[in-house]
Amino acid sequence: MSTTMEQITDHGPAHHHDTIDRSGPALVQMEDISIAFGGIHAVDGASIDLYPGEVVALLGHNGAGKSTLIKILSGAYKRDSGEIYVRGDKATIANPRDAKAYGIETIYQTLALADNVDAAANLFLGREIMTAWGTLDDAAMEAEARKVMGRLNPNFRRFKEPVKALSGGQRQSVAIARAILFNAKILIMDEPTAALGPQETAQVADLIKELKKEDIGIFLISHDIHDVFDLSDRVVVMKNGQVVGSARTEDVTKDEVLGMIILGKCPPGATPGPGAMKE
Amino acid sequence: MSEATSDTALTRPAAGNATRGGFKGFLRATEIDTRMLGMIGALLVIWVGFHILSGGTFLTPRNLWNLSVQTASVGVMATGMVLVIVTRNIDLSVGSILGVTGMIMAVAQTQYLTPMLGYDSGLVWIATLIVGLICGLLIGGLQGFIIAYLGVPAFIVTLGGLLVWRGGAWWVASGRTIPLTDDNFKLLGGGSDGSIGATWSWIFAAAAIVFIVLAAVAARRRRKRFNFTIKPIWAEILTLGLSLIAVVAATMIVNAYMLPAPLARRYAEAHNLTVPPGGLEISFGYAIPVLLFIGVGIVMAFIARRTRFGRYVFAIGGNPEAAELAGINTKRVTMMVFMLMGMLAAIAAAISTARLSSATNAQGTLDELYTIAAAVIGGTSLAGGAGTIFGAMLGALVMQSLQSGMVLLGMDTPLQNIVVGAVLVVAVWLDTIYRRRSA
Repeated sequence: MSTTMEQITDHGPAHHHDTIDRSGPALVQMEDISIAFGGIHAVDGASIDLYPGEVVALLGHNGAGKSTLIKILSGAYKRDSGEIYVRGDKATIANPRDAKAYGIETIYQTLALADNVDAAANLFLGREIMTAWGTLDDAAMEAEARKVMGRLNPNFRRFKEPVKALSGGQRQSVAIARAILFNAKILIMDEPTAALGPQETAQVADLIKELKKEDIGIFLISHDIHDVFDLSDRVVVMKNGQVVGSARTEDVTKDEVLGMIILGKCPPGATPGPGAMKE
Repeated sequence: MSEATSDTALTRPAAGNATRGGFKGFLRATEIDTRMLGMIGALLVIWVGFHILSGGTFLTPRNLWNLSVQTASVGVMATGMVLVIVTRNIDLSVGSILGVTGMIMAVAQTQYLTPMLGYDSGLVWIATLIVGLICGLLIGGLQGFIIAYLGVPAFIVTLGGLLVWRGGAWWVASGRTIPLTDDNFKLLGGGSDGSIGATWSWIFAAAAIVFIVLAAVAARRRRKRFNFTIKPIWAEILTLGLSLIAVVAATMIVNAYMLPAPLARRYAEAHNLTVPPGGLEISFGYAIPVLLFIGVGIVMAFIARRTRFGRYVFAIGGNPEAAELAGINTKRVTMMVFMLMGMLAAIAAAISTARLSSATNAQGTLDELYTIAAAVIGGTSLAGGAGTIFGAMLGALVMQSLQSGMVLLGMDTPLQNIVVGAVLVVAVWLDTIYRRRSA
């Protein structure tokens, strides 16, 4: 218990106080979202929101419905019911292209990269730089890729190789660089640090701080609280497709959040959702 | 003792690495693909082998010229098959599409276009070709639509297409053979008239050399502009020199093939030339279908490497889900690949119809297998995502070399089929080993 308290006071200054401006419309608001696969309610009446410059950690066990919920936002799945609002306006998201039009970029757990082409081709996939002749400007794309990757992962050298030859961390940095390159307003990161070593994890943490400064909203999806607790302003916990509750990270301890994930028990500092354990 | 063993254990791998590092370093500097090197090696083995077995008739200008013409039709289709297979699809219907578009072109030419435009009109051949291209586009588009938008597997759709379009070819002309009426169109098939002669062949070679040099200079300059590492100059000169030698050698070979005496005499009469006492020496030069094949290859390589469409084709093959998530309209790209394949089948139909001077019902039968084999032997992975246009063109040449060589040796058709089938399986097996090693 005392160690937990120490950790919290330790990381207190990192959060300052909650400086997120929540007075305007939410960057994203997902209202009462449900989706079922063959009779199983993967997501059941879930609501979450995200404000500019805010990092919201979406936590839960494997199969809790967090990845499914977020795939609805990124357009990979079509919801059965519920509404999505972007900056207060109702948004129509039927496919990944729609989501991108709203500035929603996703970094998938499986790292959705085309394994057979190089890093630059992956960074610009779908939005290639063209020459005046209407042909691919590979040199310009590689130069841009070197710039972005230099910021993110200065040791990266393997620009000419297909990405399947890269390590997990290198692939992760390609995926993150890809999202940054396209000026994402809303960034979804699915298990962002799961495949990374300590140094690369620290790089991702620095990067998230940079992105916050630019008023980008970030959803971090994880089943491991330790991966994301220190990075987030707010935590939302899901269990069995429902939201257990949400809380400002400064108002709860890691143990309390673990209780939410494992038991569905909502601590005093959190706002209970439909999935909270009934007393 | 233990010291000695540990010593050898340490030095042996290091030495092995050093020698391999030298050769690997050479390959990396010159950016020569080992697979391509292997294929050229295989081709040379086949050529020399047949040359010896046939008692010196294979590596003659006449046979090599014929080989180039025979490769053109399947080679044109193989360039499209690369993109089809790269997107994790297959097209079993190309031989039948060739059959039906060839038949449609012949009927359109003899029954409609020649009467409409006049017997000697220079427009007939291009109009015929356009009719064929549109038919190929529509057929490919229909199959592509069913595959991409209705979700029927390409194997089934094109297997159906194999029967449907073969039946269609019969139906267009009730199974008759339709002789072509337009002489200009027949030039697309090669032959003594359908070749460009020595002078034009050298002009073509010069243009090709200028093109190759300019492309190398432009690539070098582009990489310099962004301060990327560039090939060492010796490697640049070596690869450039080898390609230039290949161009010159090919031109010398096609120019060394002379018109037979009666044809030369007829040519002299037509052009009001006096026959010198020693007989007239007139070179064939490059055949028009071969130039068409090279042109198609360049265009297809350009599409695959330098356009957004080509990039999407490879991305879809590498990871269809990632391509979809990147906002690529994968269905449209898939359909367009099949449309392109249909058009290439129509070009191949024009070449083979012109070569036979008529459209027959059986034309293009089994061509789908030779086309797929050419693409696969040329390094296109059936798992999708990998393949090159140039490789498929070489693959087509390998397949055709095998076939022509066996004909030259007087082998029976059943035995030819057995050899071709076995070679295909062995080639893919070797490729599987290569991929496993390099992965």
